[in-house]
Amino acid sequence: MVDTTVNLCGVKLQNPVIPASGTFGFGAEMSEFYDLDLLGSISIKGTTLEPRFGNPTPRIAECAEGMLNSVGLQNPGAEHVAKVEIPQLRQRFHQPVIGNICGFSIDGYRECCRLIAPQVDIVELNISCPNVHNGGMAFGTTADGAAAVVQAVRDVCDRPLLVKLSPNVTDIVAIAKACELAGADGITLINTLLGMRIDLRRRQPILAQKMGGFSGPAVFPVALRMVYQVSKACNIPVVGCGGVRTAEDVVEMMMAGATAVEVGSENLRNPFACKEIVENLPAVMNDLKISKLTDIIGIIE
Amino acid sequence: MLNIKMKVVENVAVANEVYRMNLVGNVPQLVPGSFVELSVPGFYLRRPFSVAATAEGRLMLIYKVVGKGTAAMKDFPVGMELDVIVGLGNGFDVARARRSALLIGGGLGVAPLYQLAVALKKRGVDSTLCAGFNSANDIFLKEEFADVCTEIRYATMDGSCGMKGLVTEQLLDIEYDTFYSCGPLPMLKAVQAATHTPGQLSLEARMGCGYGVCMGCTILTVSGPKRVCKEGPVFEKEELVW
Ligand SMILES: Cc1cc2nc3c(=O)[nH]c(=O)nc-3n(C[C@H](O)[C@H](O)[C@H](O)COP(=O)(O)OP(=O)(O)OC[C@H]3O[C@@H](n4cnc5c(N)ncnc54)[C@H](O)[C@@H]3O)c2cc1C
Ligand SMILES: Cc1cc2nc3c(=O)[nH]c(=O)nc-3n(C[C@H](O)[C@H](O)[C@H](O)COP(=O)(O)O)c2cc1C
Ligand code: FES
Repeated sequence: MVDTTVNLCGVKLQNPVIPASGTFGFGAEMSEFYDLDLLGSISIKGTTLEPRFGNPTPRIAECAEGMLNSVGLQNPGAEHVAKVEIPQLRQRFHQPVIGNICGFSIDGYRECCRLIAPQVDIVELNISCPNVHNGGMAFGTTADGAAAVVQAVRDVCDRPLLVKLSPNVTDIVAIAKACELAGADGITLINTLLGMRIDLRRRQPILAQKMGGFSGPAVFPVALRMVYQVSKACNIPVVGCGGVRTAEDVVEMMMAGATAVEVGSENLRNPFACKEIVENLPAVMNDLKISKLTDIIGIIE
Repeated sequence: MLNIKMKVVENVAVANEVYRMNLVGNVPQLVPGSFVELSVPGFYLRRPFSVAATAEGRLMLIYKVVGKGTAAMKDFPVGMELDVIVGLGNGFDVARARRSALLIGGGLGVAPLYQLAVALKKRGVDSTLCAGFNSANDIFLKEEFADVCTEIRYATMDGSCGMKGLVTEQLLDIEYDTFYSCGPLPMLKAVQAATHTPGQLSLEARMGCGYGVCMGCTILTVSGPKRVCKEGPVFEKEELVW
């Protein structure tokens, strides 16, 4: 018997496998494929204070070993998520829930957190959104911007607070450290990388928004590298996310320094991705002579 | 929604760049207008295709080669095993047709109308098919439709089969109590304007998942955002705002 449990910011997870925000909805559709209770946790669709339609379509483009999305945070708004979606999820899922929140102003983040935090076990703050009060520059692209929103949300958040960082920066370590200093309990790495594709026949970008977030197996080495750098530099847990496809990828993320691992795009092409990872994990651990998963967190010097 | 393995038993050209693929496997009953998602080896995202026909343990797709994924599909050999998610989307409401239904299709949008016409015939409903293509050699399932429809009118852009012009230009004198339509967006808009009863239209969208979790395929309707893959692909005429 191997031990797959991990402790994420004081919350015990039966295994480190977590569907990433935006690739699992609020769980209802996925529960038609399998029993969600085998998952470590679920990070629900990014929620904003007000309901959002998101960006114009097309919002999806394919790439070699990955995809672009410009969904633009379509969600029914914090009140609906808190009152309807999370209670519904709780009926079919009896493990810890991660609430992923997002905003376009500091106040927006705070208000959203006030509504969502009481309903979830962990809050995950997505700071990749553009700040409407700062020329649309994303909060998460500077250490100061990141620290400001983390501090503001920390004040109203009585749950463990993960901060999910954008990889579209020159110094990920500086931003992660600023978040730790501002009161983050953990860091999720990474959100999508900014990318673009062109339809050669139409001579137009495939995405209506022109650019979108790149994710999938192709980004795994980038995510792994950032998990490694940040976990070495910070004293709070890191959640690895980006291109995870297999149980081996989970182990690799954890060796690099991740305490838990989120699986995103793979859920969109293989609805059983997370289930298969969870079920394969013990065999992979046995094969690698790992009896306790926490033993390998950050073993790479 | 069901993720199953299916075997290719036929994969042949039936029109210009258009192929018919027959698959066998443990498929449940599928409503007309629902779609499937095929995993194409070597490509990251699944490809969505309408179900053109089903029978016990059998599924027929009609697809056109338009890009790399469909180009790879045309070389799938008989006997190849495919990973397919079946039973996606809402499908057409067959029960609402009382005596006569009008089916309007354009290009590959004609494909799902075949399963629909079969289901309507089973209910004793008379179907008139109006199908638009670019040219006579783009037309598929001609004999099959002839067996299940009471009347068929073709329209081609070059006049090589049926009336020359758009399919929506020949609907005026047809009697029907409801209509069903699938085809390119400009055609669907014209259908919305050219029909005088309520009816249903089937849409296309670029999809991430096809099963409702990524929000990649959303359209805005009179009752708010709807996912083409989940609340659709079939929508009520009155729901759509373009
Ligand atoms: C609900 C639904 C039903 C469909 N039914 C049929 C059918 O019965 N017969 C048929 O021939 N085609 C059908 N299509 C369109 C078919 O999905 C595309 O032609 C196919 O995905 C193209 O793949 P490709 O790799 O050849 O093209 P590429 O352009 O190389 O594909 C790149 C990406 O874009 C997507 N894409 C490209 N064109 C379309 C499109 N028109 N709609 C949606 N996604 C697209 C692909 O899925 C892929 O993710 C349907 C689409 C939808 C949404
Ligand atoms: C369609 C789609 C929607 C997403 N929506 C969100 C979101 O709402 N909030 C968020 O923090 N991340 C969102 N992400 C990012 C993922 O959670 C994840 O960080 C990223 O895709 C990298 O992981 P992957 O390579 O495993 O997909 C989204 C990703 C995709 C593909
Ligand atoms: S394609 Fe993912 S929600 Fe429709």
